[in-house]
Amino acid sequence: MTRRGGVREALVIAALAGYAVPFFWQLLTSFKAEADLLRLPPLVPARLTLAHYRVVLEQSLLPEALGNSLGVAALTTLLALGVGLPAAYAIARLPVPGRGALLLAIVASTAFPQIATVSPLYLLLRALRLRDTWTALVLAHTSFALPLTVWLLAGFIREIPWVLEESAAVDGASRVRAFRSVLLPLLAPGIASAGLLAFLFSWNEFLFAYTFTATEASRTAPVALALFPGVFEVPWGDIAAASMLASLPPLLIVVVLQRYLVRGLLAGAVKD
Amino acid sequence: MTPRERADRRRGLLLMAPTLTILAVVTVYPGVWVLWLSLQHRVPVFGVERFAGASHYVFLASDPRFWNAAWTTAVFTVVSVALELVLGVLVALSLAGLARGRHLAFSLLLLAWAMPAVVTAKLFEWLYHPAAGLLNFLLGGRGLNWLGDPSLALPAVILADVWRSLPFVAVLAYARLLSIPAELFEAAHVDGAGRLATFAHVTLPLLRRILAIAVLFRTLDALRAFDIMFVLTGGGPAGTTETLTVYAYRGLFQMLQLGFGSAVGVVVFALVMAVAWAYLRLLRAEESRA
Repeated sequence: MTRRGGVREALVIAALAGYAVPFFWQLLTSFKAEADLLRLPPLVPARLTLAHYRVVLEQSLLPEALGNSLGVAALTTLLALGVGLPAAYAIARLPVPGRGALLLAIVASTAFPQIATVSPLYLLLRALRLRDTWTALVLAHTSFALPLTVWLLAGFIREIPWVLEESAAVDGASRVRAFRSVLLPLLAPGIASAGLLAFLFSWNEFLFAYTFTATEASRTAPVALALFPGVFEVPWGDIAAASMLASLPPLLIVVVLQRYLVRGLLAGAVKD
Repeated sequence: MTPRERADRRRGLLLMAPTLTILAVVTVYPGVWVLWLSLQHRVPVFGVERFAGASHYVFLASDPRFWNAAWTTAVFTVVSVALELVLGVLVALSLAGLARGRHLAFSLLLLAWAMPAVVTAKLFEWLYHPAAGLLNFLLGGRGLNWLGDPSLALPAVILADVWRSLPFVAVLAYARLLSIPAELFEAAHVDGAGRLATFAHVTLPLLRRILAIAVLFRTLDALRAFDIMFVLTGGGPAGTTETLTVYAYRGLFQMLQLGFGSAVGVVVFALVMAVAWAYLRLLRAEESRA
């Protein structure tokens, strides 16, 4: 590595750290003492405290909301993968009649604006007496998670040479066995990518969650954060702590599972 | 058709059946029903429910609040997407030279994209705080009321959206840059092309396609954007950040006019589909020319 390269890298990282300042500023705010919140300068306070996290975790409804978010996002992901994987296989490998039109319809449904479908879904969920339940949110989130999953997985399956399954079939393996023992292991990273995106979009979703929930029985983290209560003044420190907690799963995905996230992001855009 | 082919077709349909059933219920049905709803006068709290024909659309045609929302949506979409495009390419170019620290760089970048838009809104609300906000402090202790001043609120919302969405464009452009063979740049260098000429005549044409895709995705998302303005400004002050989605939401769940709100939602729907359709036409025309 040349010296100049090193300097360049340091500059790029520094610029990106600057770009991420809004996040780090909120992180710092979440540790500031109440008295220091509205005082600026100093940029860095003399003391840090966990008080806001204690308030949020012990006195607010955010823990319930985080639990709801986790449950809804996990179930949405499982449903989208469980139902979407067979469909993706059929689209990629079987002579389904009207395949092109079906795929186009599935892609088009990812572009449906939620603001247009929110009123009929609201009436539907109300008629089914599902308001303020996890089921309602899982169903609503499936409307974007499932088409995305089918689309991504069909692309990933097409990337895997058909010859591999064919040779397994020649060796006497059934389609199901060829799928399980040949295709599935090769597809695992793709399933991880699709699942991560489905989870992330469900975790982050606001409009449906805001409309279909009413209490802490199903209210998700973004909704709880948007409605964060303040009695006389805005509790900036508590909001900062709640923001950090609501960002934790996305943060983990970005840092730990980055490779799968980026692959999914690219696949969704490039294959068309 | 051989028996095996016939069996495969049947199997294919069977495997797709659950997906098609679910999508029929959660997307196709609402997508059609909303059109029907938009033709009704429907106020659930008063038990009002009758056919209204096209009257909501007729009303919208001369509704200043609707045209204001349409204009705000257009400005928000065009300015956000343009900024994201330019800045995204710049970030991609600077990332492309990176041999080490790529994971760290991507983490810093993708963080903004991956967190909930509601969190983004809360982050920026705090940055914009008139007295204690970091932004006013960095501007030399000015007391600008970013979210309360009608001339600053929309730029403030756009800035938050650009921050959140720029990584998407950057990652797409970056991936395409990596796939360009180094020989192309070397050849341009040998031919005496400077950095700017290389960018204009080698890099940019190769990025064209992926950038077109990025612009499509971002345009569709910007037209549908809701969370960021709803949480950051609620459409205010004085309606300066009220987009069509926020207006539709207010119609639906605050004025409780389900039919009217649905009509505004249908307009968003039509806009999104029109943009997607126009894009596909352009793409096809370009491919047949190539």
